[in-house]
Amino acid sequence: MKYKSVFDIIGPVMVGPSSSHTAGAARIGRVARKLFGKEPKRADITFYGSFAKTYKGHGSDVATVAGILDFDTSDLRLKNSLLIAEKAGMDVNLTTSEVLTEHPNTARIQLSNGQEAIEVVGVSIGGGKIEVLELNGFHLQLGFDSPTLLVLHEDRFGMIAAVAKVLTQERINVGLMEVSRHDRGSRALMAIETDAPVSAQVLEEIRQIPYVFDVSLLSLN
Amino acid sequence: MFRNVAELVEVADSQGKKISQVMIEAEMEVSQRSRDAIMEDMYANLEVMEKAVRRGLTEDIRSHSGLTGGDAKKLQEYMQNKPFLSGPTLLNAVSMSVAVNEVNAAMGTIVATPTAGACGIVPGTLFAVSDKLQPTREEMVNYLFAAGAIGYCIANNAFISGAAGGCQAEVGSATAMAAAAIVEMAGGTPEESAQAVAIALKNMLGLVCDPVAGLVEVPCVKRNAMGAAIATVAADMAMAGIKSVVPTDEVIEAMYRIGCAMPTTLKETAQGGLAATQTGRQIEAKIFGVRMEKQ
Repeated sequence: MKYKSVFDIIGPVMVGPSSSHTAGAARIGRVARKLFGKEPKRADITFYGSFAKTYKGHGSDVATVAGILDFDTSDLRLKNSLLIAEKAGMDVNLTTSEVLTEHPNTARIQLSNGQEAIEVVGVSIGGGKIEVLELNGFHLQLGFDSPTLLVLHEDRFGMIAAVAKVLTQERINVGLMEVSRHDRGSRALMAIETDAPVSAQVLEEIRQIPYVFDVSLLSLN
Repeated sequence: MFRNVAELVEVADSQGKKISQVMIEAEMEVSQRSRDAIMEDMYANLEVMEKAVRRGLTEDIRSHSGLTGGDAKKLQEYMQNKPFLSGPTLLNAVSMSVAVNEVNAAMGTIVATPTAGACGIVPGTLFAVSDKLQPTREEMVNYLFAAGAIGYCIANNAFISGAAGGCQAEVGSATAMAAAAIVEMAGGTPEESAQAVAIALKNMLGLVCDPVAGLVEVPCVKRNAMGAAIATVAADMAMAGIKSVVPTDEVIEAMYRIGCAMPTTLKETAQGGLAATQTGRQIEAKIFGVRMEKQ
């Protein structure tokens, strides 16, 4: 079931005109921003499919930048996001691509600040709901409806068990889990949706596991 | 959790509950939140909708492009000054649906139901039918849960975005959702709600998404108008005992198949249909300086 909550259908509260092309675009931008964790200096946005064809009419560019500025779909500042980004010294570059993607509303967002960079591919599947299909080259399918734990680690045996052990100790049930890797033995990403909240202490415990490089927790709601 | 409309009706009937109550309980189960917290969020959505209806009916709404705005007011004035033909509830629903969609086109604040392009139909019918039935505030919130339950079934078995399935997926879904909710508010049975969904959606099958210049304005606002009309009439038909020969879930499946077969030019790309008419192309060139679609 792609849509889990009644508020996916009756909601979100948003600034018009399009739930997929405005609110969805804003949410993809915001996920990228939250994954990056800070305000970027530079944002490169590529639109595909229907996004590429109709972004001007729907304000998808404005909305995506609003999301990158960490604005909610109902934030009235959304309309002026390009100006706000410019004033903040953010370099925004938008391109459209003719490349065919599996989903008609696809956006690729690269954020950087000189030292760090991130690349996110998101799709807007309708009614403001989004999915992240790619994160720094790792293939996933995450909606970020519930808190999602992201663990970047070395691709080796026992990693899933080690993380699961920490969650077990804290009696945290896993709702959904995805693993993705670049190549065998290289870096891998574990994404875990949990039923119960994950505390900062649990995050730290997971961070202490050998061969874990980074841990973060993300939720759109 | 119910997976389709047949299961939803089955759960409602076997437990002697309304569709809205089944939806609220399912939401409590999925989100692990209290009934009060869930109701509170929906009350907040109702407030946003009410404001949007009021804005559209009283303020001079104009979209940035100038293509839409002011039609909701026009219809209200007509109703006050002329001996109109269709009934007041129907025309109110149409006018209020237009009002909300005009506010959306002007980048105002709305609730996506299920999408922004179709955001007029559920609140428009809700406030128009409420004028006649005088429900409590809680019953109005229940209307949104009933509509949400149907939208949930459609979204998970077909689609609710124009880019994926055409306008039938947006305005069609909203119309079906509203039809079911009207039936519940008017005292109809869950089965009659399901019939209203089938009757309404059958009249939206095949509707393409062809927005002029890619803007959620033309023909979206007028499709919200007629969606509200179809929803209201479908609810009356279902409560009169009229049944759809093809079961509701099969109508939803047909909508899915039709959407998959629809060419990309007719799925929110502004490449076909009304967007590709001479006037559509002229408007596009005027607004954006150039045609978005290269020859």
